[in-house]
Amino acid sequence: MAAGSTYTPIATTTLGSAVTSYTFSSIPSTYTDLVLVTNFGADTATYARCRINGDTGSNYSETSVGGNGSLAQSFRDSNVSNGAYITYNGYAGTNAGSAMYILNLNNYSNTTTYKTILTREAAAASSAGATVSLWRSTAAINSIMLYMNSGNFAIGSTFTLYGIAAA
Amino acid sequence: MIGAITAGLFSTGVAASTTSYESISTVTVGGGGASSISFTSIPSTYKHLEIRGIGQINTGTEYALVRFNSDSGANYSIHYLNGSGSAASAGAATSTNQAAMFYGMGMPSTASTFGVGVCSILDYADTNKYKTVRALDGFDANGSGGVELVSSSWRNTAAITSISLTPNSSKTFTQYSQFALYGIKG
Repeated sequence: MAAGSTYTPIATTTLGSAVTSYTFSSIPSTYTDLVLVTNFGADTATYARCRINGDTGSNYSETSVGGNGSLAQSFRDSNVSNGAYITYNGYAGTNAGSAMYILNLNNYSNTTTYKTILTREAAAASSAGATVSLWRSTAAINSIMLYMNSGNFAIGSTFTLYGIAAA
Repeated sequence: MIGAITAGLFSTGVAASTTSYESISTVTVGGGGASSISFTSIPSTYKHLEIRGIGQINTGTEYALVRFNSDSGANYSIHYLNGSGSAASAGAATSTNQAAMFYGMGMPSTASTFGVGVCSILDYADTNKYKTVRALDGFDANGSGGVELVSSSWRNTAAITSISLTPNSSKTFTQYSQFALYGIKG
């Protein structure tokens, strides 16, 4: 079997001021999978989403499962135009680091399949859950914009993108 | 690689590459499909294993039988939590014949749509422990699908040297399905 080191940090940021969005752009196609690790807070109790390659068409859908401290629930959205949910099951708190979301974008650079995003959610003050999102495009993913529906990501929030290359 | 924000200040940088996560082997299904995917001769030199992949099957929806060291005995158990889009549910299978990925909702056969999974196998080479597996997986097909968290136990203390993934009910993986095995150093 071949072996090679991988799981390589591509880019990382710690917000020095509150911002409405953050974009990873010019993502190289040289990896097999991407893992996006986010640890953020927000000044408004609302959802965060990610938009792929700037696509604003109704090409997203998602299914989630989560628990909010009293209920286990599952939700679905179809033909969504404003991107894939990051915070489906609960909002981030106001302090940076109050919520952690890890997004797996497997086989992100192939040009044959639709792209599926698998997100593990841990909003410490409100919920835990997982979401699977579909972007109905066969294009390679070359940019990911994370954004708040309203308000801002908090100062100190971190976003890190890793690349994993299969042998 | 450029990181950008729409407003405000930020700091950015790229951390040094780590060497603790290594690619061991990858299987990509060709045009003829595949009844099973196997990783064999897995070295015992890592602390943990991880399988990452995308999977599609030829018809309907179906889960993958995950077996270690070719053991098809009733030496496994499974617990899962899944979401169907309308309800959350949980279940279990005891003394069953396989560990599981895509257990609750299956992999799809919808055109261009693949299930995605990440499966961790901790202390796979430790001969003092039964083996525990966790998986996060699911698929969405714009109106159908599901997502799940699943744990499996293999009641055997042998080091894992081979892993097979086989669609249940004699279904087959379709072209472009791809699963990669990684080793994580301790």
